[in-house]
Order: sequence, then C-alpha cells, then structure tokens
Amino acid sequence: MRPNRALEIGTGLFVLLGFAALFFLTTQLPGSGLSLGTESGFRVTAKFDNVGDLKGGSPVSMAGVTVGRVESVGFDPNDFRAIVTMRIAPEYDRIPVDSDASIQTQGLLGGKYVGLGPGGSETYLKEGGQIEFTQSAIVLETLVNKFFANFSSRGSDGGDSDKASSDVAAKEDAK
Amino acid sequence: MSAAAPVVDGPLVAMLRRVGAVGVFFIRVLAQCLPALARPRLVVHQIYNSGARSLIIIMLCGLFVGMVLGLQGHDLLARFGSEDALGVAAALGLLKELGPVVGSLLFAGRAGTALTSEIGLMKATDQLTAMQMMAVDPLRVVVAPRFLGGLIALPLLVAIFNVVGLFGAQLIGVQVMGVDTGAFWSQMQAAVELDDVAEGIIKSLVFGAACSLVAVYEGYHAAATAEGVGLATTRTVVNSSVLILVLDYMLTAAFL
Repeated sequence: MRPNRALEIGTGLFVLLGFAALFFLTTQLPGSGLSLGTESGFRVTAKFDNVGDLKGGSPVSMAGVTVGRVESVGFDPNDFRAIVTMRIAPEYDRIPVDSDASIQTQGLLGGKYVGLGPGGSETYLKEGGQIEFTQSAIVLETLVNKFFANFSSRGSDGGDSDKASSDVAAKEDAK
Repeated sequence: MSAAAPVVDGPLVAMLRRVGAVGVFFIRVLAQCLPALARPRLVVHQIYNSGARSLIIIMLCGLFVGMVLGLQGHDLLARFGSEDALGVAAALGLLKELGPVVGSLLFAGRAGTALTSEIGLMKATDQLTAMQMMAVDPLRVVVAPRFLGGLIALPLLVAIFNVVGLFGAQLIGVQVMGVDTGAFWSQMQAAVELDDVAEGIIKSLVFGAACSLVAVYEGYHAAATAEGVGLATTRTVVNSSVLILVLDYMLTAAFL
C-alpha cells in the first residue's frame, strides 16, 4: 500500500484526540486520582474519633472557602483514632495553631469535608503541624439511636407492659 | 458423524456449533494479530477507516446524549433538592454505562457494517480466493488488521464520546439550568474514582473486541452473493448489539 498523506494525518489526529480524551478522563475527573501539580502546599494532621466516610481528595475548607484537600485518611492503632492528613495550599500560611477541625457534610446528602475554625494564637500552622481540637463526624444513626433511647428512658416510668401508651405519653410530654 | 447422510442439527446444536465456530475463528485471528502488527501501515489504514471516519457521528451523538443527561438528571435531582450532584450523575452515567454502550452500538452500526460488507464483497468477487492462490493468508492481510483497527479505535472513540458528553451535560446543567459550575465539577471530582474510569475503559476494550470480531466473522463467512453480503451485514448489527448488551450486564455484575 502506498503511503497516503491525508490518511496518515487523519489517523494521527484521531489517535491524538483519543489519547487526549483518555488523559483528561484519568487525570482530571477523579479528584484523588493521578492529579498533577497539586503537590504544593504544606501538610498538617488531625486526629478524629470518627471520620464518617471522609475520603482522600475531600475538600478542607475555612469559612466556606476551600483551602486544601484531604491527602489520606489513616488509622492510629495506639489510641484507636483516625489520622487525617491534609494538604493546605501555600497561600493560606496564617492559620493559627489552636484552630479547630471538624468533619462536616455538604448539604443533606452530600459528601464529607473538613471544616477549619480559626483560633486566636499568634503562631501559625506549618509543615507537619497537628490540629489538636477536633470534632468527629455526626453519624446520623447514632443521633437517631440517642433520640429513641431518650424517648424509651422517659417512657419506661410507666412500665414496659403498655409500651405503646407510654410512647404516646412521652410524645405528649415532649409537647 | 456419518459421512453418508448429511447431519441436520437441531436449533440448540446449531447455536452451539455457531458459538464454537466464532471461538475457533477468534483464536485463528488472534494468532495472526502479531504478524499483522509487523505491517503497521495496514492497521493504521483500518484505524482510519473505523476510527477516524466514525469520529463525527460519535461526537455528535455524545453531545446529545450528554445534553439529555443534563436535562433528565437535573429534573430528577431537583425533586430531591440536590441539583449540585448533577455532575456526579452525568459523569458516572457516561463513564460506566452510556459511553461504552452507546458508543459501541454506534460503532457497530457505522464501522462494523462497513467491515462486514467490505470483506463479504471481497469474498463474493473471489478476491480472498485469489489471495489464497498466491499463498497470501487473507486472515493475515485482510481480517487481522481490521480486527486490530476496531480494537484500537473503539476505546479512543468511547473516551472522546465521554468527554464530549460531559461537555454537553455541563452545557445544559450549568449554562441553561443554572447549576453552580464549582459544585458541578468539584462534586464530580470528589465522587469519581480512578476505578470508575478504568471500568469504562475495560468495557470499551471488551466491546471493541466483540464488535470487531462479529463484523469480521460475518464478513468472512458471508454467502458469496449480493444477497449473502446483505444478510451478513444485518447479522453484524443484530449480533453485535445483543452481544454488547449481554456483555455489559456481565461486566457490570463483575465490577460491582
């Protein structure tokens, strides 16, 4: 077959376009994937009792502005807590060391993110720093369980024999 | 099997035989793939034929599939008050299902039929026989390059389909329906894992192999008449469409 200039240029363009699309899909879509150029900034860690379903790549935000991303979520076998490593963008280098970190939820059904609240210290977080004050994720099931436990403890005054009527009494109590 | 009387197979046996014949043909083609790669120009020509020439239809359909996803996804998610998740819904829907499946169905219709009718016509005009008489294996110079071309072209087409589809979903969701751009992209990036992308790529590779195999098989085994070539082309579209959907179910079940 004789070399055909138009054919080879067309194929080359097609293959290039295809690989560009593949590259875009693999690097740009997954936040925790092979992202390029996000290695700047400094790392800080925080220990939480419960991180919920926080994942690597989740945003770290302060006053609603994303200042960094969660790099990894690990487990410390010594004190049975989760270690969250965050990478904060270099321009946010004036976060006080006594700031607090909490796990929060985006909207009702959204993913988890780390919210930072500023402290009052004059010294600032830097590479390798640790945030001491943390608040765990609010697990909806635990909340519901507590709610019902409250109800049943208040209702148990009337005895277990007529649980239905005691529940009604508890509801009226609540009103 | 007796040589005297021709054996008439029941439908079940006939189907089994057909599957076996496709399997044997697949292995014969695979065996010729490495020698075919030694002549890259033939493969490049087929990538052009089945890939580059399907580009326009793939991009056009990808755009509209993405736009429909934007509309339907927005309508559905608005009922739960979570329009911001539109990016996630569109990206996962496109990457894992719509891209590979719709892309492969289009590929079967656009490129598969062309392969079948081309090879079938070569057979009907005795070109394949002529090659064999010159000690040129038609599997090596005709079938294997076309199979490889389809196998390489389809994953690339599907990737382009996905990107254009995402653009379409973004166009409708963000520009028309007013979803926040930041929420659209950041939620997508937070929810899409590399595994989801890999699932789509593996699916498109498998579908590419299936589509190309069916197309070259039907062409190579077409009856050497005008009618036979027409029938073979129809069978290509029907068989590859069914095969794509069945394989899609199996692969999805395997990945979940």
